[in-house]
Amino acid sequence: MIELADVRKAFNQGQHNELWAVRGVTVHLEANRTTVLRGPSGSGKTTLMTLIGCLARPTSGRVRLHGRDVSGMTERFLTELRRQTFGFVFQQFNLVRGLTVEENVMLPAYPLGVPRRDLLRRVHALLDTLDLGAHAQAKAEWLSGGQAQRAAIARALVNDPEVILADEPTANLDTELSQRFLDIVADLKRQGKTLIITSHDPLVYESPQVDRVVSLRDGHLA
Amino acid sequence: MPPHPWLQRQRYLVDFTVGALGRRKGRNLALVAVYALIVFVLASVLLFSQALRHEAATLLSGAPEVTVQRLVAGRHDLIPGTYLERLGKVRGVTDARGRLWGYYYDPVVAANYTLLVSPDDPPPAGKIRVGSTLATTRGLGVGDVLSLRGHDGQPYAFTVDATLSPDSALLTADLILVNEQDFRAFFGIPTGLYTDLILTVPNPREVTKVAEKVLRALPDTRPIVREEILRTYAALFDWREGMVMVLLSGAVLAFIIFAWDKASGLSAEERREIGVLKAIGWETSDVMAMKLWEGLLISVFAFLLGYLAAYVHVFGLAAALFGPVLKGWSVLYPDFQLSPHVEAFQVFTLFFLTVFPYALATVVPVWRAAIADPDAVMRL
Repeated sequence: MIELADVRKAFNQGQHNELWAVRGVTVHLEANRTTVLRGPSGSGKTTLMTLIGCLARPTSGRVRLHGRDVSGMTERFLTELRRQTFGFVFQQFNLVRGLTVEENVMLPAYPLGVPRRDLLRRVHALLDTLDLGAHAQAKAEWLSGGQAQRAAIARALVNDPEVILADEPTANLDTELSQRFLDIVADLKRQGKTLIITSHDPLVYESPQVDRVVSLRDGHLA
Repeated sequence: MPPHPWLQRQRYLVDFTVGALGRRKGRNLALVAVYALIVFVLASVLLFSQALRHEAATLLSGAPEVTVQRLVAGRHDLIPGTYLERLGKVRGVTDARGRLWGYYYDPVVAANYTLLVSPDDPPPAGKIRVGSTLATTRGLGVGDVLSLRGHDGQPYAFTVDATLSPDSALLTADLILVNEQDFRAFFGIPTGLYTDLILTVPNPREVTKVAEKVLRALPDTRPIVREEILRTYAALFDWREGMVMVLLSGAVLAFIIFAWDKASGLSAEERREIGVLKAIGWETSDVMAMKLWEGLLISVFAFLLGYLAAYVHVFGLAAALFGPVLKGWSVLYPDFQLSPHVEAFQVFTLFFLTVFPYALATVVPVWRAAIADPDAVMRL
């Protein structure tokens, strides 16, 4: 489904602080599978995830989605692709403070101009599935860690994407909540979603829900 | 029927923008307050000047088309009534008559009065009718006696027959109406001489030609056309308006700097928010549209607030803050209410000059943050 062919990514290229975060990674990620990108801090796993999720373009190499080369696409097309295909769960969740859970979850659908009634129906169905129905009107800053993560997952799912990308999803959670997250992963797998998770938490990469672990070190496949 | 996706998108953007404005209440309220104040001041000056110009034009519409004054050594002098016969023969003139009026300086209140002989229904001999402002200043009522010093140094006692309506204060604040005999005796003007002559010229297209003919027939006179008086008043108000605007320019400049600083500076929180929006699927154009809505909502709201306040200030409170600057100095200040007069072009110009620059100031700086790659948000 997603192919990366010798992708490289540099930051501050040509300057004294040039950094090659990804150095020639070639990997094929299958659909309907859960893949964990594992590696220590600075291994390039987050950068690799941004390339997979079309959040950034590679410095060189190719990224193909369903056989289509997306590496050279303009920002406008990448954004549309990102909206349709990928849902992101950030490490810090990045919910917008001051907005309610409901409003946060609706945000990715705003540019599509979906009729409000339909959107709200979809949002509340998602919140109910994730046990957040009772907190729909709660402000994002009032949520506990586990609730915030589930809200972030709901937001990632609102446009019904094929692929969910989660960056260090258990970094701010205790064991119980981490396990709960893995239960959600199992659920999403059953729904046919493809999941790509970065983590250096053994609880995640050793979980039976994970189909494949891709190890990285210093920007290379280990 | 669901709204068009574009329209629904705008509604969502406005919803988000209103929420975003509420999240930074303090800053945005301060901005709206200062912005509205600037609009209030500018609009007050414009509304007041425009209303005065309009009022002057309305009042002058009843003035004679041509006024003929005699000049001696370049100064205004009394004019013989014998000129009337020659003026009445000028083609286009349907009526010509003499007018008697003059000024009197009253040292008691240090004010100038205008004494006028009214041809229609003059007061009886020994009686006067006074303007309401004058009556108030001198503490005069009907039946009271006003003693004025005549041309010969002798006191002339006039009994107040009536006070003129306060509604006409703009025209009659300093006015004293007397009959002809009293006027001539008081100022020592013999019969047959007038202060000036007034001509009625019904066809406005003939006025200039009539004035030329008067000058040719009576070279020692100065014909004054009504439109020239209007232009003079307009120029006076324009000048005063311009002066006030120049004085305000410092405040306006300070506001521009303040607004630019507030509108263009993105806090770390706002940058982060834009990054998140880009990451979850908002395009650069969505972010820019949201910011444009933010600029427009603040500026339009502040404009409406400021303009409404200016309207109330000018037409409800008689421009209490700086009316005297624009009205001019006088001991006898007419107490009058301006009739509301708003020029659409002026409103549009003020709107365009205040709203759009602010909206641009909001959008332009956010462009940089909006086009940045959203992957930065992964590292927040």
